[in-house]
Amino acid sequence: MAGAFTHVQAARQKNRPTAQFYIDHLFTGFLEMHGDRRFADDRAIVAGIARLDQRAVTVIGIEKGVDTGEKIMRNFGSAHPEGYRKALRQMQLAEKFGRPVICLIDTAGAFCGIGAEERGQGQAIAENLMTMMGLRVPIISILIGEGGSGGALALAVADRVWMLENAVYSVISPEGAASIIWKDAGKAEEASEALKLTAQDLLAFEIVERVFSEENGNFDKVTDTLHAALTEELQALCAMEDTARSEQRYRRFRRMGGNAL
Amino acid sequence: MTLFNKWLFKKPNNKLEGSADVQENPADALVACDSCNSSFPAKTLPEQDYTCPRCGALFTVSARQRMRWLCDADSFCELDTDLRPADRLQFPGYAEKLKKAQQESGEPEGIITGTATIDGLPCALFFMNPQFIMGSMGAVVGEKITRLFEHATEQKLPVIGYTVSGGARIQEGIFSLMQMAKTSGAVLRHSQAGLLYVAVLTHPTTGGVVASFAMEADIILAEPRALIGFAGPRVIEQTIRQKLPEGFQRAELLLVKGFVDRIVPRKEQKQELAQLLRLHGREAV
Repeated sequence: MAGAFTHVQAARQKNRPTAQFYIDHLFTGFLEMHGDRRFADDRAIVAGIARLDQRAVTVIGIEKGVDTGEKIMRNFGSAHPEGYRKALRQMQLAEKFGRPVICLIDTAGAFCGIGAEERGQGQAIAENLMTMMGLRVPIISILIGEGGSGGALALAVADRVWMLENAVYSVISPEGAASIIWKDAGKAEEASEALKLTAQDLLAFEIVERVFSEENGNFDKVTDTLHAALTEELQALCAMEDTARSEQRYRRFRRMGGNAL
Repeated sequence: MTLFNKWLFKKPNNKLEGSADVQENPADALVACDSCNSSFPAKTLPEQDYTCPRCGALFTVSARQRMRWLCDADSFCELDTDLRPADRLQFPGYAEKLKKAQQESGEPEGIITGTATIDGLPCALFFMNPQFIMGSMGAVVGEKITRLFEHATEQKLPVIGYTVSGGARIQEGIFSLMQMAKTSGAVLRHSQAGLLYVAVLTHPTTGGVVASFAMEADIILAEPRALIGFAGPRVIEQTIRQKLPEGFQRAELLLVKGFVDRIVPRKEQKQELAQLLRLHGREAV
């Protein structure tokens, strides 16, 4: 029980690399594509086409922003429905052109606000879950920082879900859980332990397939490892029949919470 | 964001919301409507469609009451009655909370699923239970919904689902969150088989349930004044530090914004569901 909350703090640390860092270091020739064609361009989500070595891939990241100005512009990495719809549109194009999809997840959660509700935050996330479950191209999702609830899951219905060592993934923030269960948001540390949200916990629960070391903060080394892993895994996933892969993805989630009942 | 509208279940914040003793009432018991204070015999509730005959307020009903009220008499064949919740995270206090919920509701979990006929038309149904930890979605709720959709796909049955939920069940952590993906997969397969899924969203339907199977139906109906949203009103108010407008996240506003097909009062639901089943039948009559 060595300090789940230290992982939470590390995942939120302000100088931690954000999605754009990984996009720049893992891929070449990234061309960003904007907008959901319905309402707006949500800057909390960065999406586009790039190459992983020679292979064309669709890349979607939730971006928190680096400096204060960018953080505000990115809404601190909390997407509105149009962000999830932008991601959905890029995933559907990926399917059309047979490109694998790679998602980089780092969000405290989908945004809570009047506009987000009125434009169907729940519906947007639900549509992503259902569409990703049936997408006929490989999907790999990597949790690089915070994995906040439905807002993270909306990009994590994948064939493989990976986490960095200090990333966390949870149904609710520790503060939120503490304030609901113990009526005391100050008990976030206890809630962090209770929620079992660390990468090691989730690996043990078979919620994620792999956890990557953060190499004591040497993130260039981390991206080298990730690059090699992505190349290898995509090769394996692309070699599978579409139907076999989609059956495997269904089974991946189908078993969760289904045993030991 | 996970939804935690605990207060919604305790203190309905609008005057149209009724409340009733949801336990089985003795034959001569009276129930009082919270909205207009009129009282009438509890045993007449089903024939009043669990609606206050004087002011139209909707009474909170359990999953089983709704099932009996909606399905043709003795037609309901319940599925997966043996599934019991597991405390996988050994979350502090969860085991006791489960025990209390089971005792108070008389049900092992927050949902019942099965097959039945409505006006003679066969279908698969699920009814979430507001009296079981706020209708929250734990692994058993997700598993039963998934199995129901798989069963319906196999048997070529349409699905009718009544939702009511405060969102994810925090005490089941990541396993609760994963139910959103799992159920979505089963809904997709049912849909790909060309089968009909009608969701009826009741007060309140929020959080992970809205962000998964509640919003994935072919046809989305809602009860009048039902609160439907991703984030709970209190969470939104805390986030944006302002009061929410009157009627925000209510079924009527969702209809205006395009997220609900129809608002259907209880007294019309059975007839309208039967009509929808007929319209989507193999030989539409």
